[in-house]
Amino acid sequence: MALALALPDESLIEALTPALRIQGLRKAFGARTILDGLDLEVEPGTAVALIGANGAGKSTLLRMLVRLIEPDAGQMTLLGEAVTELAPGPLRTFRRRVGIVFQRHNLVGRLSALSNVLHGVQARKSGPRTWLQALAPAADRAEALACLAEVGLADRALQRADSLSGGQSQRVAIARMLMQRPEFILADEPDASLDPRSGEEIMDLLYRLAKDKGLTLIVISHRLEHTIRYSDRIVGLADGRITLDRPSRQADPRHLRQFFTGRDHEE
Amino acid sequence: MSLPSPAVAVPRWDRPNALTFILTVLALAFLVWSFSNVGLSWERMQRGFPALGSILDRMFPPDLERLPQILRSLLITFQMALVGCVLGLILAFPLAILAADGLSPHPVIKQLARGLIAFFRTVPDLVWALLFVIAVGLGPAAGVMAIMVDKIGFAGRFFAEAMEEVDKGPQEALAAIGATRSGLIFSAVVPQALPSFIATSLFSLEKAVRGSVILGLVGAGGIGVELKVAFDLFDYDTAATIIIAVFLLVVLVEQVSNRVRKRLL
Repeated sequence: MALALALPDESLIEALTPALRIQGLRKAFGARTILDGLDLEVEPGTAVALIGANGAGKSTLLRMLVRLIEPDAGQMTLLGEAVTELAPGPLRTFRRRVGIVFQRHNLVGRLSALSNVLHGVQARKSGPRTWLQALAPAADRAEALACLAEVGLADRALQRADSLSGGQSQRVAIARMLMQRPEFILADEPDASLDPRSGEEIMDLLYRLAKDKGLTLIVISHRLEHTIRYSDRIVGLADGRITLDRPSRQADPRHLRQFFTGRDHEE
Repeated sequence: MSLPSPAVAVPRWDRPNALTFILTVLALAFLVWSFSNVGLSWERMQRGFPALGSILDRMFPPDLERLPQILRSLLITFQMALVGCVLGLILAFPLAILAADGLSPHPVIKQLARGLIAFFRTVPDLVWALLFVIAVGLGPAAGVMAIMVDKIGFAGRFFAEAMEEVDKGPQEALAAIGATRSGLIFSAVVPQALPSFIATSLFSLEKAVRGSVILGLVGAGGIGVELKVAFDLFDYDTAATIIIAVFLLVVLVEQVSNRVRKRLL
């Protein structure tokens, strides 16, 4: 009993443990080094914008966090899991906890928005009742509808995905990610290939959802204003390392712009 | 400086290399030999055309006396084609999954499935019919099995190709959240490949209806048996009724199939 009283509260431990810890991460494609001993820690519930010139390794880093790309060396701990150590089975289970939003929406065009959202339930269930909204149990169907409502598309539930606009498609992809009930969100240029207004709405939506649900978010955007507005912290990547790391509110747009143009950006 | 005339500078033909030249000459020689070997001669054609004219003359007017029996056989023929086709399509689907790049569970299984599909496809349906007549006896059951095997080969290949050609994005998105293989196939692949599946299935049915007439000639049931008997008995006016009935059935199936295709795709 005395021992139990001496232990700190479990939620406090969780809050103090980084959601992500990267140590000495290395990756090279042939002779070209992309990441050269990268270290990074992200606190739970933080929205981090990852910036860097084209080819700086932002997308590679994001994919490596769920081992869609394998690192050459280094350690990664995400949501308390030593990601680098996971065998294929546990890795698959682990990936279910991480929601990914890609630049491409990757929806099944011939299916309704609702069926596409329902597919997110496959992170924790399988079988014919997860394939189509018409076959889904009432509870899953209601949850999928609620996810669509969260992205403002409840009225488009039965519309075919290939008849939606780019911005709407990205919203459906985000709703599918919510259906997955993720604990961590990775977003790789979710605002690319969208018109400025839709891009802004998508970034706002992602940031708001992450904040409302207390989720950690790492987002890549090629739009400077989005990077500043929709993040708590900005991390700049250059020459395979982190060369900038500061709160978004303190970021100097002129300095940040260098990361988008690929010029010299050592702090 | 004047440029050379393009007509002079650019040769009209590539000069063939020796191997291409030899192969071309051999192919032409084989073609000429084939003409002489098949016994096609001007004299035979001169004799044949009047004989064909005489048969056609004896075919008309078609004899409608046996029309009810012919229609019953025609119905059996269609049902044979339909059942054989549906069974073939059902069996082709899992085989196509096993044979498709990216969906097959193992490279060895993929090669085995591809080999089986190729085998079913390359052996003509008439040969399958002969085998099944021996195996299960005369009648439509043999025809159904021959059509089924033929359609596994035909649809298996096209189903697999359709599934390989779909956009891989949705599959990757579901794989990234840990969806199962069946989840990927039925949520991301099949819905995208569905228009192609429907088109292939309708072509299979058209092909099966046309093919089922021939199968009867080797005893695999249906209208083909009636046609063979009519020809064997020189009952050409009854044969004419059967040919017209078959023609109308094939046209009807093609028309319905076209309409369904336009509506669904």
